[in-house]
Amino acid sequence: MPGMSTAERSMGLGLRAITRMAGSEALDRVGLRRRVEKALFRASRDGFRTAAAAGRTFKAAGRLTGPARQRPSEAGTGLFDLEPDDEQQMLQEAVGAFAAEQVRPAASGADAACAAPPELLAQSNELGIGVLGVPEALGGVMAERSAVTGVLVAEALAHGDVGIAAAALAPGSVATALGLWGDADQQATYLPAFTGDEPPAAALTVLEPRPLFDPFALRTTARRDGDDWVLSGVKSLVPRVAEAEVFVVAASTGGGAPALFVVESKTAGLSVEAEPAMGIRAAATGRLLLEEVRLPAGAVLGEAAPDVYEACVQRARIAWCALAVGAARAVLDYVIPYVNERTAFGEPISHRQAVAFAVADVAIELEGMSLATLRAASRADQGRSFAREAALARRLCADKAARIGSDGVQLLGGHGYVKEHPVERWYRDLRSVGVMEGALLV
Amino acid sequence: MIDLETPRRFAPLVAQANQVATEVFRPISRKYDLAEHEYPKELDMLAALIDGMSAGGDGAGGAGAAGVRRKADGDGSGGNRNGSNLSTVLSVIELCWGDVGLLLTMPRQGLGNSAIASVADDEQLERFAGKWAAMAITEPEAGSDSAAIRTTAVLDGDEYVLNGEKIYVTSGERAELVVVWATLDRSAGRAAIKSFVVERSNPGLKLDRLEHKLGIRASDTAAFRLEDCRVPKENLLGSPEVDTKQGFGGVMQTFDNTRPLVAAMAVGVTRACLEETRARLAEAGVEIDYARPGTAGSAAVDRFLAMEADYEAARLLTLQAAWMADNAKPNSLQASMAKAKAGRTGVDVALGCVELCGSLGLGESELLEKWARDAKILDLFEGTQQIQLLIVARQLLGKTSAELR
Repeated sequence: MPGMSTAERSMGLGLRAITRMAGSEALDRVGLRRRVEKALFRASRDGFRTAAAAGRTFKAAGRLTGPARQRPSEAGTGLFDLEPDDEQQMLQEAVGAFAAEQVRPAASGADAACAAPPELLAQSNELGIGVLGVPEALGGVMAERSAVTGVLVAEALAHGDVGIAAAALAPGSVATALGLWGDADQQATYLPAFTGDEPPAAALTVLEPRPLFDPFALRTTARRDGDDWVLSGVKSLVPRVAEAEVFVVAASTGGGAPALFVVESKTAGLSVEAEPAMGIRAAATGRLLLEEVRLPAGAVLGEAAPDVYEACVQRARIAWCALAVGAARAVLDYVIPYVNERTAFGEPISHRQAVAFAVADVAIELEGMSLATLRAASRADQGRSFAREAALARRLCADKAARIGSDGVQLLGGHGYVKEHPVERWYRDLRSVGVMEGALLV
Repeated sequence: MIDLETPRRFAPLVAQANQVATEVFRPISRKYDLAEHEYPKELDMLAALIDGMSAGGDGAGGAGAAGVRRKADGDGSGGNRNGSNLSTVLSVIELCWGDVGLLLTMPRQGLGNSAIASVADDEQLERFAGKWAAMAITEPEAGSDSAAIRTTAVLDGDEYVLNGEKIYVTSGERAELVVVWATLDRSAGRAAIKSFVVERSNPGLKLDRLEHKLGIRASDTAAFRLEDCRVPKENLLGSPEVDTKQGFGGVMQTFDNTRPLVAAMAVGVTRACLEETRARLAEAGVEIDYARPGTAGSAAVDRFLAMEADYEAARLLTLQAAWMADNAKPNSLQASMAKAKAGRTGVDVALGCVELCGSLGLGESELLEKWARDAKILDLFEGTQQIQLLIVARQLLGKTSAELR
């Protein structure tokens, strides 16, 4: 592994080990959690920087004559329809059950540990969540590409927990990017690993650490040097950054729209820093630092076409909207029984309009968010333009989700502020989803 | 298959409605805003055209009064259906993009026509066919609490004798019929409230005055007194029985059908405001960019995006409520959600657009200020914002109207 010392490697492993340990329930049994969390806090405060994960060697498994693609959704019936098809309903139910039985009970621990339990991530892989965007010819499970299906799955998962959902969906988003825009070599090199028994952690990253971030004005640069590309810059809030073995990194190529590059974690010049955030903590977010990272010409996705990058940004926005909808629905489902059971002044607080109207507003805005998100996704599936619809869904979700998170806490009063109830976590998560760019794709 | 686009086969209808809005409504918008209480005679010819559109049957929506009858026929397949509720909502959006006040005073498209179309029996349908019907519910002492109305109906031989006072009757002066809500027994509460079709020429139905309003001035709003107003007993809509179990359902079910229509009106006005503002901003060198985050551009763009996002939500909620009605899914919750969201969005967006456009927004040289005045009624009639929130909250929380008041 050129450019990386043994010490650096072991630091990387150290962070991974802590991360993994922190996710395990064994920690609670032996009363170690607080000590480990303190260590993690120090690590992040002091800018604990390590090399990126050592990672496996990706090699083209065979030669494809051309890239494989999922076929676009059927042209549609030309009718307005809000009913998911049978396959989508089955997926919704399966993921919904997984979210309710496995994800939700683990949410609080994962949030505290800044890591999703590995066994849950493995289970989500078994459900096929990571390979929704992989063409069938390359071992995927879906013959058709469907952003709508992606939305329904992401929403169902986020109803369990936003952070764990982001952690579970992050590698699949790299696979989806390769499925949509990868050439034959890129697909043959990387996709078999994603459909194999031990799929790699992976992450797509667009966001950078600065105010008024604009994904179309990146500071991360990709410079041509002979046939090579040389990338430099800092990426922010990258899911599972420490364990990811392959990244898709957005960088400005000088003129026009930025482009996407496939970067293996063992490439020289890459390092990672923990960057725990207010929300989506279970996604083990961190910064990815690129210092003169040299990539072969074949690392660029979709021939650096501007519409590929635009579609990536828009599909990511739709994915985050789906997470917002899932979490907002979780808030609604939680506050309804609470305000009905909680009594004050001799009757349930839900008998007061000030309380009841707040609940009604959560439901109304949530329904609007959900429909706007589905419309953007269904336009993407039909091959229509969806820039406007994705932007409006995003704007709606960014505004209303934060408000719903706040109202969720408000409706519980002081109880909402303590960790005995999940609404304080949703408050943090629902603010986060409106800030995130990239990272996930439908 | 999930698809939220305008159904392909309704595209001609939408285009037709848009043409009416552009060629008929917009050119006379200001004229009848200024000439309140003057009948827009330009609409007579148009009304004949709309009758023709509605007669096209399923799929041709008209302006809203014809298509709210729930048919159980379906297409037999049990599959997804796009019917007259959706087509009507789509055409109302277009027409109100033109002018809400003019839509409200479209001959033969009154709320009374909706009520008749929704609950009349076949004999009544035939007898009242082709007549313009207004709706009289509100009284000076009973607005949102329509169960508290005091107008009485007493059976005397073959006639009911109506006595009371009605206000806010849209098209009350111009219509040929007025559907009047009255109680058969004030002590029996909601169950005793029935609706009666009264001929406008009935000497017992006395026009008191026409209101001067904030907006929708093209549409007349009448106040009536009913003094020993005798109507044939066959003019009672629905069952004459006072069934306390059935309660208010009979008369209230009209609202599940008409609320999406009012939501559609608000969606239309909202789109008019946004389009006008977008054009004005473009003249000022400000283009709406959907790719960049709102925070990366100007404050005006950011504001516009926020307003358009609310519009998108309001529009889709409205289509959802109509689509559910077409597919015989209970939509009372979604109808009220759509009405609440579209009603407040209309007001917020219209006032926001006036602000963005400055004196062009305020001045009568443009229509923005008129739309901002028109929009407010849509958050009031057919159930105020607060009534919609009550309905939504009661359903979500499983509360009765006695518990959550």
